Amino acid sequence: MSSAHTSESRPRESGVWGWLNRRTGVDNLLRGALDEPIPGGARFAYVFGSGLLFIFISQVITGVFLALYYVPSADHAHTTVAYITKAVTAGSFLRSLHAYGAGAMVVVLFLHLSQTYIYGSYKGRRELLWLSGCVLFGLVLAMAFTGYLLPWDQRAYFATAVGTNAVSEVPWIGESIKRLMRGGTEMGTLTISRFFVAHVFLIPAFVFALVGSHIFLFRKAGAAGPVDEDPYHPKQAAALFYPRQVLMDLSLTALLIAGLGLLCFFVPMQLGPPANPADTQYVPRPEWYYLPIFQWLKYWHGSAAIIGVLIIPTLIALAIVALPFLDRSTERRPWKRPAAMGAYAFVVFSLVGLGLRSQYLDRHDPGVALQLMKQNAEENEYARKSFEPELSSASLAAANVTLADPLAAKGKTIFEGQSCNACHGDGGVGTAAAPPLIGVRKKFSPDQLADLFKHPTAKMNAGGMPPIDLPPDDLNALIAYVESLK
Amino acid sequence: MTGKTDLQNADARSSPSESRRSFLAALLGVGSVFIAALLSVPLIRFALFPLIRRTTQLKGSPVGDLSEFTSSIEPVMRTIQIEQVDGWRKAISEKAVYVTKDNQGQLRVLTSICPHLGCTVPWNKEKKQFVCPCHGGTFAPDGSRVSGPSLRGIDTLETSVENGQLLVQFQYFRQLVSDKEVIG
Repeated sequence: MSSAHTSESRPRESGVWGWLNRRTGVDNLLRGALDEPIPGGARFAYVFGSGLLFIFISQVITGVFLALYYVPSADHAHTTVAYITKAVTAGSFLRSLHAYGAGAMVVVLFLHLSQTYIYGSYKGRRELLWLSGCVLFGLVLAMAFTGYLLPWDQRAYFATAVGTNAVSEVPWIGESIKRLMRGGTEMGTLTISRFFVAHVFLIPAFVFALVGSHIFLFRKAGAAGPVDEDPYHPKQAAALFYPRQVLMDLSLTALLIAGLGLLCFFVPMQLGPPANPADTQYVPRPEWYYLPIFQWLKYWHGSAAIIGVLIIPTLIALAIVALPFLDRSTERRPWKRPAAMGAYAFVVFSLVGLGLRSQYLDRHDPGVALQLMKQNAEENEYARKSFEPELSSASLAAANVTLADPLAAKGKTIFEGQSCNACHGDGGVGTAAAPPLIGVRKKFSPDQLADLFKHPTAKMNAGGMPPIDLPPDDLNALIAYVESLK
Repeated sequence: MTGKTDLQNADARSSPSESRRSFLAALLGVGSVFIAALLSVPLIRFALFPLIRRTTQLKGSPVGDLSEFTSSIEPVMRTIQIEQVDGWRKAISEKAVYVTKDNQGQLRVLTSICPHLGCTVPWNKEKKQFVCPCHGGTFAPDGSRVSGPSLRGIDTLETSVENGQLLVQFQYFRQLVSDKEVIG
């Protein structure tokens, strides 16, 4: 066996490494990973795959850490993200890393896809490799879409409202899919739960599985090499992945770390004011990489919507997915594939054009431009405010009473002034010393309560409840307060 | 091409190139560990935040400016807001306290809860005493027990002064015992 052979001939088989290696075969694993032959040698064009892997790992780690403080529910999501951004040390930096990481993922994914397409690297028994890549592309976009809602600020709420609305344009089943995504007809706390589960459990499980298959299929097919290499039987002299390609890949990683690090440090991702579903003025705009699709959907309405929302995107997706099955030639040089390059240029120019058009329209519609400026100003203003903890529901119930009924509010003052709360708890929630008062209104009428307050039962007396001697007005207020406890 | 020589060298073990590869591997290993350590600094700071900074706390509640109480000759009632912060949430409640002076003339803050059975004890101007309305316990202006069923005087609260403001740490104490015992 080669491992036995190497363990005799290698000096580094001794010591801790040797001990570990004899039990795990880590040396072979490492060599297997690093000694991947690359026809034609290392090139900077091949760095994007490992760049994606690095960003993915970074997203997983930052995501897990963000979950230390995040709560996925409509009434806490925004507070907890504000807590992360404004209170927790390094919180703004880590959240920015996760949010900008999503953008970086889309950029590097586009470069990876472009390189594969332009180099014709999908040819030669690489259909499954290409397919798994296509699915991963979809999953990355789904991760970006589901993650975007989770901060539950104005921007996130309305962008997702539009995004899920677009789905309802799909004929027959569109409305049902929308309701399934939202967990109801409207966006709400169930929508957050669904998006959270998709973003944190479901999609990542598929991403892990597909990243594994993608790398496995890549190693099985072998690196395709330069454009003049035969896709089936590489003929050019190969260099190993390690060291030159590793160094090139690491240089992209270093660039990503430096770029994202500086961006997150100096221009941290902002959190806007909490989502206000009642805001009818808000002009929703998606994240920049969704702008082309956003603009595209604007052109299709009514009976034509089915063409723009369903038929054309499905045809494009099918064409992309089926590419290695449709294009069977072994020619990989781009200048010999004018149709393929033309199609690529057309798609890229269309996407860029649609994105720019969306920007242009926003700038030149005075109403929209003004509203977008206002929204930005509101976001900046909210970002400057220091973190304000959320009032717990017990305090909220008490505060609501103050607003709702002046008599009950007076009763609350008496309740606290007479230290009823010392035994019955703040807001009548009850303590070890005395039972809760919440819901007593169901058992006793106001008259019965007045009687009990003046003449406590023997059991109440034994528990330490004194008779209450108050002027009738104060007693009525106290009764109103106790009756208001729900 | 360099690529070709690298591949050949990989097979020719113990050549000078092999030791260069090992040196590079060590360099990369050390470099990666260093970068990873650097990147984990914000992660560690993020995760340890609740341990480094207190996130569960009972903030001292402001009672008022010191100057408001220095000239007072009898106990003054004040309603304080108690803010209990727990991570990203907080609970607020209101409590009545008395600002008074001990026998050396130092400011002292008393709870208004009777140490007997927890009734609110009002200050009686005519008698110059605290008189509990429930079971008639009486207490001196500094809170010490004078008469009645209570086993101890009215409980004093911990105070501090910040920027000329009197702050108080509100607490509940066990009733019906002779020694002051915090219950929360």
